[in-house]
Amino acid sequence: MTKILLLAEHDNNTLNEATLRAVTAAKQIGDVNILVVGHACDAVAQTASKISGVEKVLLADGVVFVHQLAEPVAALLVELAPAYDVIMSAATSIGKSALPRVAALLDVAQISEIIEVVSPDTFVRPIYAGNALQKVRASEGKKVITVRPTSFEPAPSEGDAPIETLSTNTTNEKTTFVSAALSDGDRVELVSAKTVISGGRAFGSKEQFDQLLEPLAQKLNGAIGASRAAVDAGYAPNEWQVGQTGKVVAPDLYVAIGISGAIQHLAGMKDSKTIVAINSDPDAPINQIADYVLIADLFEAVPELTDKL
Amino acid sequence: MKVLVPIKRVIDYNVKIRVKPDGSGVDLDNVKMSMNPFDEIAIEAALQLKEAGKVDEVVIATIGVEKSQDVLRTGLAMGADRAILVQVEGEVEPLGIAKVLAKIVGDEEPGFVILGKQAIDDDASQTGQMLSALLGWGQATFASALQLEEGYVRVTQEVDAGLQTIDVALPAIVTVDLRLNTPRYATLPNVMKAKRKPLEVITPADFGVDTSPRNTVLETYEPPARAGGITVQNVDELVEKLKNQAGVI
Repeated sequence: MTKILLLAEHDNNTLNEATLRAVTAAKQIGDVNILVVGHACDAVAQTASKISGVEKVLLADGVVFVHQLAEPVAALLVELAPAYDVIMSAATSIGKSALPRVAALLDVAQISEIIEVVSPDTFVRPIYAGNALQKVRASEGKKVITVRPTSFEPAPSEGDAPIETLSTNTTNEKTTFVSAALSDGDRVELVSAKTVISGGRAFGSKEQFDQLLEPLAQKLNGAIGASRAAVDAGYAPNEWQVGQTGKVVAPDLYVAIGISGAIQHLAGMKDSKTIVAINSDPDAPINQIADYVLIADLFEAVPELTDKL
Repeated sequence: MKVLVPIKRVIDYNVKIRVKPDGSGVDLDNVKMSMNPFDEIAIEAALQLKEAGKVDEVVIATIGVEKSQDVLRTGLAMGADRAILVQVEGEVEPLGIAKVLAKIVGDEEPGFVILGKQAIDDDASQTGQMLSALLGWGQATFASALQLEEGYVRVTQEVDAGLQTIDVALPAIVTVDLRLNTPRYATLPNVMKAKRKPLEVITPADFGVDTSPRNTVLETYEPPARAGGITVQNVDELVEKLKNQAGVI
């Protein structure tokens, strides 16, 4: 049976839902062990041990791993790789930074952001911002794979896997953490939200972006997203951007307001179940993929919608 | 200090791609090709460092078909000093690209390498990280700000939860994101000048690197199309449809 080592995505306190989704993909390939790398991250290992279908959790706790920089994380994965057939991760910032290093050091051609497991060695992945799909068969030998989380359901948490603590002497002389400016943890998380309300440049200012979208998002218990244009204009922080650059989301309801729908934006949201477009341009490209289109002035329509929900 | 900027020729980002009906790939015939937009940002960053007096020479390189000379000329017209084409036929995976680039780094000995965070054709986002690992260098990815200091580069990286700033000891690899800068256009006089700048053509065999793909692409196909939607007349109708038809609120 294929043995898989899956790198957990976490912030030393909480296991990110992306990992639960990656486990679902991994279970279609083989037996799953989860690696939790960090510092003072016992709680994460505990959560990981509850994921159904996980055989074992490996916990590597060390000061060198506190910010999960790519060099030490990759070095540890390479050290553990001989016992595994597949090294996997969700396609999160850490996974995307560390896994190609692992692949290069193992002399393996990585397969990025799979959206479907066809068989244990064949996968589907998007190319050209999702405008084409590629069915790829991995070469024999070890595999290195990242998973697009939104394409898989989260694995349930009804398991009870043993936790094994690793001792490592991994070091990192190359990179040093300086600072971080991270978003408010109280917000509904964009990637796992059931509803996403996104705004574009048509809002005209950060004040109007916030004043109009916050109440609507609260009413729908949704996360707020943004187009590249809105982020570039300073209406929203970079971590809210939806698209080829930025986050890929697939909520039950995606409401795009004042967004024309460049292909780079569509790449990040077109797998949403229901799409609503509200904008003043009847020819906006987003209208072609939306289920419901409302041609209206957003400054009138958004408060009215918030009111009537 | 010398900077190496690896670049890639891809279908222009404004072009709507066509998938070949026989499933063999994306049609590249008679399609406008351009430099990968993230690589333009990387060149711009290198040129700004040169203009600030922190870098002496900007060398650009690509691994691709003969026509990839076009994007190298574009980079030279932006202001790069010298170009290298490693000429290949057919697709080369990021691992193969990284191996060739590692050889170029061995020859050129740049102080750091800066490149796009991903190419907009295969969206793999692997080459920079792989090159970094092969060289044993440190890396910063998805850079939205960059400061070259004595012995290290300070980089702000766009991460899932926001921004993270790290220092990477030189020599280093930096992959760049959208918001690092706005690349300049090449002016006509500079396009003319670029024609006389040095462009060296070599092959992977010159380095003894095997670039044949490891994985096999079995099929390339279009994603399922979304069924067309409807236009609602007002907010009341929208709310009614979302409640009763879509069932999402």
